[in-house]
Amino acid sequence: MDKMPKWADVALIPFINLLLALIVSGLVVLYIGESPVEAMTIMVRGAVGSAYGWGYTLYYATNFIFTGLAVAVAFHARMFNIGGEGQAALGGLGVAVVCLSVGWPHWSMALIAAVLGSAAFGAAWAAVPAYLQAKRGSHIVITTIMFNFIASALLVYLLVNVFRVPGSMAPETARFAEGAHLPNAHAIAPWLGFPRSTPLNVSFLVALVACLFVWLLIWRTRLGYEIRAFGESETAAVYAGINPVRIIMISMLISGGLAGMMAINSVMGEAERLVLDPVQGAGFVGIAVALMGRSHPIGVLLAAVLFGMLYQGGAELAFDMPGVSREMLLVIQALVILFTGALDNMVRSPVQRMFLAMRKEG
Amino acid sequence: MTLFKTFLGTAAALAVTAGAALADPAIIFDLGGKFDRSFNEAAFNGAELWAEETGGSYREIELQSDAQREQAMRRLAEAGSNPIVMAGFSQASALSVVAPDYPDTTFVIIDGVVDEPNVRSVIFQEHEGSYLVGMLAAMASESGTVGFVGGMDIPLISRFGCGYAQGVRAVNPDATIIQNMTGTTPAAWNDPVRGGELTRTQISQGADVVFAAAGGTGLGVLQTAEDEGIFSIGVDSNQNYLHPGSVLTSMVKRVDVAVHEAFTAGADVETGLFVMGLAEEGVGFALDDNNAELVTEDMIAAVNDARAAIIAGEISVHNYTEDGMCPVE
Repeated sequence: MDKMPKWADVALIPFINLLLALIVSGLVVLYIGESPVEAMTIMVRGAVGSAYGWGYTLYYATNFIFTGLAVAVAFHARMFNIGGEGQAALGGLGVAVVCLSVGWPHWSMALIAAVLGSAAFGAAWAAVPAYLQAKRGSHIVITTIMFNFIASALLVYLLVNVFRVPGSMAPETARFAEGAHLPNAHAIAPWLGFPRSTPLNVSFLVALVACLFVWLLIWRTRLGYEIRAFGESETAAVYAGINPVRIIMISMLISGGLAGMMAINSVMGEAERLVLDPVQGAGFVGIAVALMGRSHPIGVLLAAVLFGMLYQGGAELAFDMPGVSREMLLVIQALVILFTGALDNMVRSPVQRMFLAMRKEG
Repeated sequence: MTLFKTFLGTAAALAVTAGAALADPAIIFDLGGKFDRSFNEAAFNGAELWAEETGGSYREIELQSDAQREQAMRRLAEAGSNPIVMAGFSQASALSVVAPDYPDTTFVIIDGVVDEPNVRSVIFQEHEGSYLVGMLAAMASESGTVGFVGGMDIPLISRFGCGYAQGVRAVNPDATIIQNMTGTTPAAWNDPVRGGELTRTQISQGADVVFAAAGGTGLGVLQTAEDEGIFSIGVDSNQNYLHPGSVLTSMVKRVDVAVHEAFTAGADVETGLFVMGLAEEGVGFALDDNNAELVTEDMIAAVNDARAAIIAGEISVHNYTEDGMCPVE
């Protein structure tokens, strides 16, 4: 009886959270002496007002879909995987190895190999913390975040000592060959009006497929049922004959693989080379995306697009409003994360009470 | 028809003059942000100096992510900014893609080389400047042990470290050189606490002069050096004033001059490769009132001799980035 309608849970509460975040952000913008309305207009128009803006918005969203799904899958097994950052970095390594070691004749073959390579590397990076959790009870939060640092150290070492182009200052790999370049939105669908240099590429479709895959996995397979059952109650799951070691390992491997696949978008699709820090915080944004999306693929997709808008709109704001520094943008993004993630219950309880009160009257 | 042509011609001429009048310079800072007290801030100071002198205005962008590099360059080029200065070697790869698309815009990249007709590449001979401060370190050291705190283990920083080590060994062939890097993530450029810890460790191993080439992390190195009563050496900007009496000297890298020159020359700035070494005063060591008592006449004479010899080609300082090796450890 103490439940509110589903639409309120999935739509109304995130909307109120977002509105609160934007109001507080508006106050911050007002405080530095700029007009919040104008700032909001620039942000929205910059993010979704043109094909150019959409290209960047959906490019960022693609990153967040992968990392968000990664966190979501682990959430269903009550695993808090905050190692998306490191797993995606290793995924980038996998992509670089695949793209640089073979002269690919066509991008479609390179893409399939890169998906496998990035997922394998990402999953392998998640495997160690998963094993330690499953067999030794080492807390997954601690181990995954520590693995982020090991990943960045490994990447620096490999980029400086193994992959660096001789004579170049920059610690990055050579550009991938022509055959490993993914077509961008301009090449696929020129009639949509994306500019030639748009970063949005075919990985976005891979991300949509990944959403479908996660939905099928979690709600339409036996394994997904086991993962959810384990997440709801470990003791009940064990009593029902579900092997906790198996579930922890599998859910974390899938999670790490999804995080790793982010690299096909940023490393293969956009940069076309592996650079230092290829993830740029997307692993952590994935946590907020999964929280806001209620760990459901549709929710993750929508939340990822929202964060993509925040990133691209924020960039436009910095371009057009010199008074808004990038630290300001960080504040705005952080407020959204704070309100949608951490302060969720602040809105949830009153809204729930309101619905219950309405129901009693009615 | 003729009238129409004249009209078109006038319109075109107007458009051209309008474009020229709008051609303010622009600068793109790297991910460290413009107030990193080091590389980007030096570039920012150069731009500010230009704005102060000419009363002109310029556009600036602080990058937030790697994907924005191309985006920012194209945005500025399309908005008519000219020239566009890019601070940092990380921009080179994106610029080599963008530059051919905007043949009428001049790009300036600092610390990187892009071989396009409309790009001015400015690189610094950090190893030469580091060699000189290495000599000063070895001469000032009483224990025969000197330290080096770098930001990350990347070629640029190794170039500082290797030049420094060669300078130290040139004065004292038996000197011990302790080299440490701060970290493996970009946070390493702004971690003064860790810089201080590394300095303490090096002091406990006997170091009495420490050279910091680590951006904001260096501030912790300089502070700890003063607290513990040893010498330190600043980097990029002249940091002698931060702790007078403790900062032996600073290895200055005139990023500000490079930006200022490009802004002053405007859209007609000469393109091609420009190497800023000792001869061009692009790098060097800082002498002012704050360290006058620390550096003796003899030390200055010795370093100036070495400086002249390097410029004349009599001493060749090995450049780490050429082969990824350092002849001295």
